[in-house]
Amino acid sequence: MLQGIERPLEERELAQLVAEAARTRWALEVAGSGSKRRIGRPIEISGVVTTRNLRGITLSEPSEQVISARSGTLLSAVEAELAKHNQHLACEPVDLGPMLGEAAGQTSVGGMVATNLSGARRIQRGGVRDQLLGLRAINGRGEVFKWGGRVMKNVTGYDLCRTLAGSWGTLGIFSELTLRAIPRPEEVRTLVLMGLPDSIAVEVMCQALATPFEVSGTTHLQAVLAQRLRLPALTNSGTSVTALRIENFSPAVAYRADKLKDLFVPYGDLIELDHAKSLAFWEELRQLSFLQGSVDPVWRISTAPKMGPRLVESIRRYRVCHAAYDWSGGLIWLEVPDAGDAGADDIRRVVATLGGHATLIRAEPSVRARVDVFPPLETAVQRLTNGIKQAFDPLNILNPGRMYPGQ
Amino acid sequence: MPLILQPEPNASVLRHRDMILHDLTQLAEPGTVQSQIEARRAFETDALTAYRCMPFAVLLPRTTEEVSRLLAYCNVNEVKVIPRGAGTSLSGGALPTEDAVVLCLSRMSRVLDIDFDNRFARVEAGVTNQSISEVVGPDYFYAPDPSSQLACSIGGNIAMNSGGAHCLRYGVTTQNLLGVKLVLINGDVVEIGGSHLDSPGYDLLGLIVGSEGQLGVVTEATVRILRKAEGARPLLMGFNSSEAAGACVSSIIASGVMPVAIEFMDRPAIKVCEDFAHAGYPLDVEALLIIEVEGSEKEIENQINLIVGLSLQHEPTVTRISKSEAESAAIWKGRKSAFGAVGRISDYVCMDGTIPLSTLSETLTVIARICSEAGFQVANIFHAGDGNLHPLILYNANTPGELERVEHCGAEILKHCVAVGGCLTGEHGVGIEKRDLMPLQFTSIDLQQQMQLKTVFDPHWLLNPSKVFPLDGRKAA
Ligand SMILES: Cc1cc2nc3c(=O)[nH]c(=O)nc-3n(C[C@H](O)[C@H](O)[C@H](O)COP(=O)(O)OP(=O)(O)OC[C@H]3O[C@@H](n4cnc5c(N)ncnc54)[C@H](O)[C@@H]3O)c2cc1C
Repeated sequence: MLQGIERPLEERELAQLVAEAARTRWALEVAGSGSKRRIGRPIEISGVVTTRNLRGITLSEPSEQVISARSGTLLSAVEAELAKHNQHLACEPVDLGPMLGEAAGQTSVGGMVATNLSGARRIQRGGVRDQLLGLRAINGRGEVFKWGGRVMKNVTGYDLCRTLAGSWGTLGIFSELTLRAIPRPEEVRTLVLMGLPDSIAVEVMCQALATPFEVSGTTHLQAVLAQRLRLPALTNSGTSVTALRIENFSPAVAYRADKLKDLFVPYGDLIELDHAKSLAFWEELRQLSFLQGSVDPVWRISTAPKMGPRLVESIRRYRVCHAAYDWSGGLIWLEVPDAGDAGADDIRRVVATLGGHATLIRAEPSVRARVDVFPPLETAVQRLTNGIKQAFDPLNILNPGRMYPGQ
Repeated sequence: MPLILQPEPNASVLRHRDMILHDLTQLAEPGTVQSQIEARRAFETDALTAYRCMPFAVLLPRTTEEVSRLLAYCNVNEVKVIPRGAGTSLSGGALPTEDAVVLCLSRMSRVLDIDFDNRFARVEAGVTNQSISEVVGPDYFYAPDPSSQLACSIGGNIAMNSGGAHCLRYGVTTQNLLGVKLVLINGDVVEIGGSHLDSPGYDLLGLIVGSEGQLGVVTEATVRILRKAEGARPLLMGFNSSEAAGACVSSIIASGVMPVAIEFMDRPAIKVCEDFAHAGYPLDVEALLIIEVEGSEKEIENQINLIVGLSLQHEPTVTRISKSEAESAAIWKGRKSAFGAVGRISDYVCMDGTIPLSTLSETLTVIARICSEAGFQVANIFHAGDGNLHPLILYNANTPGELERVEHCGAEILKHCVAVGGCLTGEHGVGIEKRDLMPLQFTSIDLQQQMQLKTVFDPHWLLNPSKVFPLDGRKAA
């Protein structure tokens, strides 16, 4: 009988648990290490299944740039293994722990894939979904299924890796995942412009991506959020911060940095962060340091890059908000102080008009129960979404209601 | 008798053929519905020419609305629909059945929007892959570059998740697509994705890409466009053994240098391609690598030096760096016309398995053994950087029994790919060709899970139904 928290040690045990839950129609909360439990709609459950004891790296092939791990393995352990071979994950998965008031580094690989929250390098090298080569998982019938494998190219059957990435534990519980890695660059450098207004910053970032210099990170923080940065060089500037990252072999980095500096000198003073400072800066961005130390609601908004500033400006007409832009303007982290419904109505209305979608990432449970956390879908898309949920979890026992009410 | 069977046709549809044609003609714009034998014959096969079957009509719509009306009719009347782009599928993905209509998107070939600021282009599904790069050029390009890029359509690329030589660096179709307009079999028109990078709920776009025309008909696509590098240069390296070439690829990948393409050809392939393209390939080597790097002049030199340095331990017998645009173009022309060049001298089947790189030399040995035991010649062309193999097995289609034997040979090769940790298809898709091999890679639960998704999108299994999933064991889905 399921009771309280279940921590299976093996895939088979996990499958048996789910099969039993299916038999008894017990709704399960699916958790990895639990670092993202505070996201999504609050759900009614009979028990919790965590994969935290499904641990261990099961394949490490540095010469082929692949790594497999059981789903409860901490991402930090996977990253440490890759670092031994001077590799890392291209997608720079975001660590939401610290901005939700929890410790950093608690994410499991299963949690990383289930949430599909990619960092700055998404624009250049793809997101979490694009690094996932293979998976094994348990569906809501308690059946073990797999897709993909350990090879870089694979079009055999429907792409269940991408289908399950970002499904927040509502379609299946991962037991093992295989990811692609890339070599760490020899050198990283960052060019920083201070004090740019949003629209100019986005222009700079888009222009940077329109050069042949393979800019691999473009971010812009409004002054209020930039003040929370930890890197001494940037913290107390009192202005907005716009950063461009270049990664490559050292001679290429030097050459490209010079070219970009020439291009952006007219926009004001440029600071350059060296390798060590750059690593520290982009690492703190991965932990969303600019959203830490506050409990105000936070939205994550996806839109066309050039639309970003207009969207933020439009929301500001209705309420105070602070924005950080990533992906050259296409991704916005929006903090909305003192707002009863987290600003949901205004934000959703503006996003619907200008294009894109918004997800509520940080808010009190009472707010998350009241407003749609995930973007409302068009009727036909919602119908397909319901069908997909049914196909994997016909009895609606895996994280029921976490993404959408009633399923 | 070829090994791959078509399902029993729907007798009722065949019986009501005239009525269905009449209705479709009423619903469609003038000229859309083609039922004369000459028109239908042009659609009886794709690039897997060993299989042919005439559809009972061909539909050539010009708008999404028209596609929607036609599909809704087919859904209600249980008429099967074979979506088609340019018909270059190598896996029989666009092969008709006699109780089906072919819905070909070739007349929907407009470029709708080019947005350099936000780095995307929106096009109709029938535009060719290459024309996207042409319209966004000379500074930008659409990255996935199948060798068939002159002819194949973006709709077909999306359905097959097509790749190409430069996908080593830039990713395949799925990494370069932002959104689609999809018409479901019931006629619903759905916008999936758009001009942003993340999907709002489940990643429907990720599911659509590579679904081989079985979940819906793509009528429009929004693709990412990228800024071109400052320059690009290929170099050629010849080796005395395939093993040495394979080991060299592994060294390069492991080192952190990131060439944009690493292509491999063995001796028979080199000969055929050289005869065709006069690219200056060395003829006295067992294996040839084409490695391309990008960047500024200086960066190109640096990377080439690194690669040449790494290669020394593998003792290349020839190393030649392209010295001119014309030479680079010839080098790529030879590689990209490889299938056509082989096709000039013989019938062939083209395999598409993918393997872990570390098993390359073992796999080459196995391929050689399987083919020689069966008495076939084989020419190997690979996207070596990502382990995607294209053994081309030469045979004579006019000799009775050879097709069956060559298919058997191909199946043995794919069995080996799966056994060493690879997969049945890296970029050409399952189609009908590998449909019956799917149980090699998947359990029945794995397949059921995928088939249930098909049922969500297409409850009566009318869209391209004879492909991808083995005919046995479909009922439960
Ligand atoms: C010489 C040669 C070289 C090739 N090289 C490569 C290569 O390098 N890399 C590679 O990946 N492939 C390659 N291919 C295979 C082929 O070109 C690709 O699979 C291509 O994407 C097919 O596009 P198409 O427009 O011809 O599609 P078709 O052959 O017409 O159809 C292919 C599949 O897509 C479906 N489909 C087509 N259009 C739509 C649509 N609008 N909506 C929904 N479904 C649709 C069809 O039902 C079918 O299942 C090559 C083929 C040839 C002949």
